Formats: sequence, C-alpha cells, structure tokens
Amino acid sequence: MSKFKKKKKGLPAISTASLPDIVFMLLFFFMVSTTMRETDLLIKKPTLPVASEVKKLEHKSLVSTIYVGKSKDKRISGDKIQVNDKIIDVKDVPSFIFAERAIRKEEEVKFMTTSIKADKEANVGTILDIKEQLRDINALKVSFSTSKGSDLSTNFKK
Amino acid sequence: MARRENSEINAGSMADIAFLLLIFFLVTTTMDVDSGISRKLPEKSEDTPEVTIKEKNVLDITVNRNNQILIEGTDFIQVSDLRKIAMDFIDNGGGLSAPKGDKPGEACDYCQGAKDPASSDHPSKAIISLQSDRGTSYGMYVSIQNEIEAAYNDLRNRLALQKYKVSYKEMLKEYNDNGGEKLKAKIDLLKDSYPQIISEPEPIK
Repeated sequence: MSKFKKKKKGLPAISTASLPDIVFMLLFFFMVSTTMRETDLLIKKPTLPVASEVKKLEHKSLVSTIYVGKSKDKRISGDKIQVNDKIIDVKDVPSFIFAERAIRKEEEVKFMTTSIKADKEANVGTILDIKEQLRDINALKVSFSTSKGSDLSTNFKK
Repeated sequence: MARRENSEINAGSMADIAFLLLIFFLVTTTMDVDSGISRKLPEKSEDTPEVTIKEKNVLDITVNRNNQILIEGTDFIQVSDLRKIAMDFIDNGGGLSAPKGDKPGEACDYCQGAKDPASSDHPSKAIISLQSDRGTSYGMYVSIQNEIEAAYNDLRNRLALQKYKVSYKEMLKEYNDNGGEKLKAKIDLLKDSYPQIISEPEPIK
C-alpha cells in the first residue's frame, strides 16, 4: 500500500553546505587583488589630474608616496605635504626618503620610486620644491600620480 | 562498551566566519592602482660644464600663473596645440647631429619634418625647456608634461611602425611581460632616435 502513497513533503531546504566555499573564494579574490590601506589622509583628498600617457607603477613595495593638497581646515590656505600619517615641511622630505630607504634592502634602493600625489589645484612651486629636495639626495625616480583619461581640459579651469 | 560513532563537526557556522573575514578585508584594503607620468630627475653635480646651445635647438615653453602658455616667447597657445608643435620641433631634422668621438655628425634620415634651418637640427639635439611660475596650477603642469610625453611617444611609435611593423606601445608591453635582449635593443634604439631631453629651469618667483 505504502508504495502508492504519495509522500507529502514540503520544499526541500536548499543546501548551504557550499556557502563557505563560495565565501572563501570571494575572500581570496579580495585578498589577492587589493592592497592594504596604508595611510589615513590628514589633508583633503587630492583630486588627481588626468593624463593619457600614464605608466603603471610597478613594484609597489618600492614606492614611497608623498601627498600634496589643501588642509582640511578651510581657514588654513596653502599646500600641505603629507607623508606617513603626518604633515611635514618641505625640508623634511629628505629625512622621510632616508627613513624609507633604511627599511629597504640596499640593492633595492636604486629602484625606489617616489610617487607624488598632488591635487590638481596645488601650486607648481610646492611640487618643484619637493623635486629639488629629492634631487639633492639622489632620489631621482619620480612619478606624478594621475588618473587615466584623455580629456585634459578638466585639469585646469579657465 | 558502547561505541559511539564519530559525529561530524557542525560546519554551519563556517560561512559566518568566512563572511566576517571577507568584510574585514573589504574594509581595510583598497583597490586603487597607482599610475602616473614617470620622470627621471637630472643628477645634481657640483660643476656643470658650460655648454652653448643654439637658440634654434631649444623649444621654450613658459607658463604663467594664469595658466597661459607662451611658446618661444612670442605665441600664446592652448594645451591641445602643444603636441603638434613639440612634434614638429623635435622631428624637424634641419641639420646634423652632434659628432660622436671622431664620427662626424649625420643628418637625421628618419625624420619627416619640414627640415627648416631655423628650427632644431636633430632629435638628439632638440631640447624642450619648460619654465613654469610658482603659482601655476599643478593640473596645468601635468597636462604640459603629458603632451610632451605624448609627442615623444607618437614619434617613437611612428618610427617603430616604420622599422619593425609593431607599435612602440606593444613593444614595451611585450618587454614588460616577457623581456628579451633583442627587444630591449630595439626599444633602446627607438629611445636613442628620439631621446627625451627636457630642461626645467628655476621657476619664476
């Protein structure tokens, strides 16, 4: 008799056994494709200028970044320079680079690049001052950080 | 003695743990790729030998604090015109290159410029001078640097297509991916044909 009796069953529950696998896959994807956030910006986040002839910076571990932008406080004018969680003066740039060099291997020092992330409204004077300081201590590889794009007219207003 | 069967470990909370980790990584990491215009600064040397450079071998670009560009001290131009002007200047090839050792200077046989005797002699002699004001905005400065870079890249690209039937960009990409001595020699040749000589004098105060 029971052979013909239709078993009354509700919807079977969806198996969640593979859910951890899926989530782990996502986790590994994010771990591989992202980098740790290093610094909290004390200055206003710089809006990078646009450029078309950009080169990707390789060997991220050999890049030291210098941020240039306006202060968060509107009452303070002028460009501020930030490295590693603190705002510094132009003349302290060499000591920052020396500190960066000290934690790298000696043979890697000559491949180190300084990336300047500056706001597009910053003054060239500040940038040139930084460049002069970098030149003084032989940190000759410099990259002006930009975002990729072809419309250069957004870089400056008329 | 009753033998108990090994009961399986409950893996139901595994997903929760993984989610927690996932969210942690999402919050603490960034995805931005760092890219930019790379420049090599000139080395600082104590005694710079005085070199006399002919006026015609220098392309003077001056930017003032109102972001206006002046070429050769006479013409106001827009950023969009700069690439063409720089290319015409570099590619002019109106004279001979600098003599190397006892080899005499040669005319530029790959240039397609106007061969105007009043403009640059040879790509290896053509110098672009970018004088900016301290008050110039950084966006303008980067735009000009970008256009100069683009001018050199366009010229190298043209020569690469002519010589090797491959674009300069593809050659660089191929070299970055796989390397190779032969390819490096080719790229170096292109770079030597149109060397980047950019001079940045002291800014106007």
